[in-house]
Amino acid sequence: MQKISVLLFLAWVSFLFYAGIALFTSGFLLTRLELTNHSSCEEPPGPGSLPWGSQGKPGACWMASRFSRLVLVLVDALRFDFAQPQPSHGPGEPPVSLPFLGKLNSLQRILEIQPHHARLYQSKADPPTTTMQRLKALTTGSLPTFIDAGSNFASYAIVEDNLIKQLTNAGRHVVFMGDDTWKDLFPGAFSQAFFFPSFNVRDLHTVDNGILEHLYPTMDGGEWDVLIAHFLGVDHCGHKYGPHHPEMAKKLSQMDQVIQGLVERLENDTLLVVIGDHGMTITGDHGGDSDLEISAALFLYSPKALFPRVPPKELEIVPQISLVPTLALLLGLPIPFGNIGEVMAELFAEAEDSQPHSSALAQASALHLNAQQVSRFLHTYSAAAQDLQVKELHQLQNLFSKASADYQRLLQSPQGAEAALQTVITELQQFLRGVRAMCIESWARFSLGRMAGGAALMAAACFLCLLVSQWATYPGFHPLLLTPMACGLAGTIVCAGLLATTGLKLDPVVLGAMAAVGSLLPFLWKAWAGWGSKRPLAALFPTPGPVLLFLLIRFAAFFSDSFVVAEARATPFLLGSLILLLVAQLHWEGKLLPPKLLTIPRLCFSASTGQSRHSGTHALGLGVGLLLCIRLAGLFHRCPEETPACHSSPWLSPLASMSFLLLHLLAAGIPITTPGPFTVPWQAVSAWALMATQTFYSMGHQPVFPAIHWHAAFVGFPEGHGSSTWLPALLVGANTFASHLLFAVGCPLLLLWPFLCESQGARKRWQHLGNEAEARVRPEEEEEPRMEMRLRDAPHHFNAALLQLGLKYLFVLGIQILACALAASILRRHLMVWKVFAPKFIFEAMGFIVSSVGLFLGIALVMRVDGAVSSWFRQLILAQQR
Amino acid sequence: MKDTDIKRLLYTHLLCIFSIILSICIPSFFLENFSILETHLTWLCICSVSVTAVNLVLYLIVKPNASSKRSSISYKVTRFLKCCIYFLMSCFFFHVIFVLYGAPLIELVLETFLFAVILSTFTTVPCLCLLGPNIKAWLRVFSRNGVTSIWENSLQITTISSFIGTWLGAFPIPLDWERPWQVWPISCTLGATFGYVAGLVISPLWIYWNRKQLTYKNN
Repeated sequence: MQKISVLLFLAWVSFLFYAGIALFTSGFLLTRLELTNHSSCEEPPGPGSLPWGSQGKPGACWMASRFSRLVLVLVDALRFDFAQPQPSHGPGEPPVSLPFLGKLNSLQRILEIQPHHARLYQSKADPPTTTMQRLKALTTGSLPTFIDAGSNFASYAIVEDNLIKQLTNAGRHVVFMGDDTWKDLFPGAFSQAFFFPSFNVRDLHTVDNGILEHLYPTMDGGEWDVLIAHFLGVDHCGHKYGPHHPEMAKKLSQMDQVIQGLVERLENDTLLVVIGDHGMTITGDHGGDSDLEISAALFLYSPKALFPRVPPKELEIVPQISLVPTLALLLGLPIPFGNIGEVMAELFAEAEDSQPHSSALAQASALHLNAQQVSRFLHTYSAAAQDLQVKELHQLQNLFSKASADYQRLLQSPQGAEAALQTVITELQQFLRGVRAMCIESWARFSLGRMAGGAALMAAACFLCLLVSQWATYPGFHPLLLTPMACGLAGTIVCAGLLATTGLKLDPVVLGAMAAVGSLLPFLWKAWAGWGSKRPLAALFPTPGPVLLFLLIRFAAFFSDSFVVAEARATPFLLGSLILLLVAQLHWEGKLLPPKLLTIPRLCFSASTGQSRHSGTHALGLGVGLLLCIRLAGLFHRCPEETPACHSSPWLSPLASMSFLLLHLLAAGIPITTPGPFTVPWQAVSAWALMATQTFYSMGHQPVFPAIHWHAAFVGFPEGHGSSTWLPALLVGANTFASHLLFAVGCPLLLLWPFLCESQGARKRWQHLGNEAEARVRPEEEEEPRMEMRLRDAPHHFNAALLQLGLKYLFVLGIQILACALAASILRRHLMVWKVFAPKFIFEAMGFIVSSVGLFLGIALVMRVDGAVSSWFRQLILAQQR
Repeated sequence: MKDTDIKRLLYTHLLCIFSIILSICIPSFFLENFSILETHLTWLCICSVSVTAVNLVLYLIVKPNASSKRSSISYKVTRFLKCCIYFLMSCFFFHVIFVLYGAPLIELVLETFLFAVILSTFTTVPCLCLLGPNIKAWLRVFSRNGVTSIWENSLQITTISSFIGTWLGAFPIPLDWERPWQVWPISCTLGATFGYVAGLVISPLWIYWNRKQLTYKNN
């Protein structure tokens, strides 16, 4: 068997897995369908007259605008309690000393002095709480989906209807300053923009100081209708220091001054909005859906009175996207087409107008417009996609038509009682909330066909690994290797050609899957035909052993969210069990301890007793050492957020765990003392794969997005990376998947190690140990242990063994990714699917890709070294002959 | 090997199971608020003591292996002391193993240790009764073709099933069912107990089924 064909075969098997993973991912992590329809002034959202007073006025669209200008201050990660007014404590109580509490004094002062002008809300963001998703939600009013979470590094322009687009269409001047994520989201939308780099999380001041440099001059210049300032300092401070740091107090005080300065400069027709796009956890991270992450502050202020009533004692909680329709109507814009937020009705009650009836009517008309727009969106959306539940949709439409009819009736008879108006308002709000709940419920849309296809492809690839790893050692196997590649390649080219001629657009994912299936089937067919005639089928499958039981347990554990969360503890448990089982098995076979300890002489030992006696005690010591290492490595864990009672290890530094990694590598010799030459047993491969997972956890990682070590991007680049996003992504990826890579590259060691261990025994031992055939060939010359040179003597077997090893490792990894995929698809309506199963699948898939690449590199490296040594030997022999 | 031997084995095993059941039922008459889950540690102690006592009594009555020739008092005392030391050592050994498997190191030391005690009761005490403080004999019994009598065979089966029960008992711990028996180490001790009982039931049956194939040279 040629080296190149072994490598090609491994690459092909990896490709099968990739195709399966890609197909599954495309079915599982589907985005919501993005409609490109736009609302416009000329086209009201529904039948019926537009609210009274809107026609004929300049700047009026669906509704008369109440503010001609808007200042939107977006303070990244402004958690609600950062802005919460602090109750004035009595003289006896000690003042609260948390650095983030009570620093925004100007808000508190305004709320106390001008209760009719300002209001503070607790806004609830929808997960995922990453900045880009929040920006999308805050401008489109829709629910961003999970898949966007990954594209935070390279964000894309928003295609849906949004506030910024509406503003530009209406000819307003939008001036932006701050986070450069906006540049990617809204390319060319701003009449004036000052972008500052956002990626450098260590940098607390560049963005904020840059904004402050331009903010007041721009404001005083007057060349703007909407001014957006996106401050990043608070978020970066959270990432760098966490909220419980004095630096956070400084940053918040700075924000306080900014707000103070803005309030002083505001004119009568201007609305000030201060909003946090999301919160942060107690460690300063965000991305998930914990209470601290989704609660953000929302503050509204206007120099003219906004609210008819003073704020209630209990602060209101509003969904974050409510801001979108509210701002649109207040500024006299159409509500963005895809918005599903609900207007904050309170803002539409005319404050100057003391008549309760007209104020309620104004609220109802705003809500009705909003409901009409949402209903139009639902109609368009359900015509384009089938993922909304028909029954619920029907109910909601009924609710809407009833409320709408009530509203029209009230309009015809303006003398209607206020109670009737209130009912209409309640009905409309009920409709809007129902729509939002339904959308949250069903916008994880899955394509079952693709998911099943992807899972089936992965299962088939696993099966293939199992089969071929058994075959690889039989002679007469190699001719099969090259046919599947040829078939698959030919099929793909033909398909691509057909597509090019017909002009049909087909997913590259589907094309890849077709190529995979097209190459897999001929291979299996040919293998079956070649095999079936010769030997019984039973020899095809490995005998089930306790190791398969372990793999089964591991497989099953992926289906329980508790076990996925507790994987950091379950993996060492399984690994320890595997090691102890190995020791027990050795003892059971009588190979662990020297026979003189055992009194009964009739116990028959294998011929190699002398050899195993030494390595047996050695193995026992190694086993104990390994168990100790595993237990100690558990000290480096990081707590998952689902288990509040657990304390993260104080020793969470990557440097310290590196030494443990080395210990792992040394102690990993244990499973290696058993195998005979040229095959690696399943135990060793499974233990190796488990060890990779275990190391992943002991290096302080968790398979959830907020736990990614973003700081790794700055190793060696303390100044940041400029505009490049590939390098930091690569660095973070290398940090996260280091253990997968190391263990995969080191995988060929499993084959080589037993031969290296022979050198530990003295020369005399070699005489017994050497394989009989070779001892016969050259009995006298044998003075040095030949160790891995024996592998070189039988290149055919060596290649087959490498192939077998690679396939076994791929099988163990493939089982894990298959289990993750199956768990994610079967439990796709589970409460924890976005929190546990989906991130686990993504991490496992990334880990698989990294591992397979690493395995390929490792095996290629070993082959290269082997080739070089062989040519060197040939030269030596030639030189000697001369 | 005769059928009477198997019968005796079965009866002794039934007595052992009975002692475990008694350790669950009887204390509730004397102790207030006694239940396995709530006063788990008390139950562990009682169960351990009763199983040990039953094992000792049965050993003295049944005398499965030929009694040693030397029967001086001093020999018996040293033998007994040795047994006690072995028992303690096995407790500590199991404790270390549990910690290596992920049990908390400092918190819940008493719980972990009592768990080690009960597992020693299920595994080490029968070994001590049957084989005496003789490591070589133990190693022999737990290797392939090492057993020399049905007593040793049943010992092998009950010990291994106790270990497997303990191991399986660890699996419910991470689950989020929030049941009282999921607390460390209750599920493991219950697993060990179930494993032990299962071993006691299975071993006579297994020996009975395989009585044709089993041949013991030294018996």
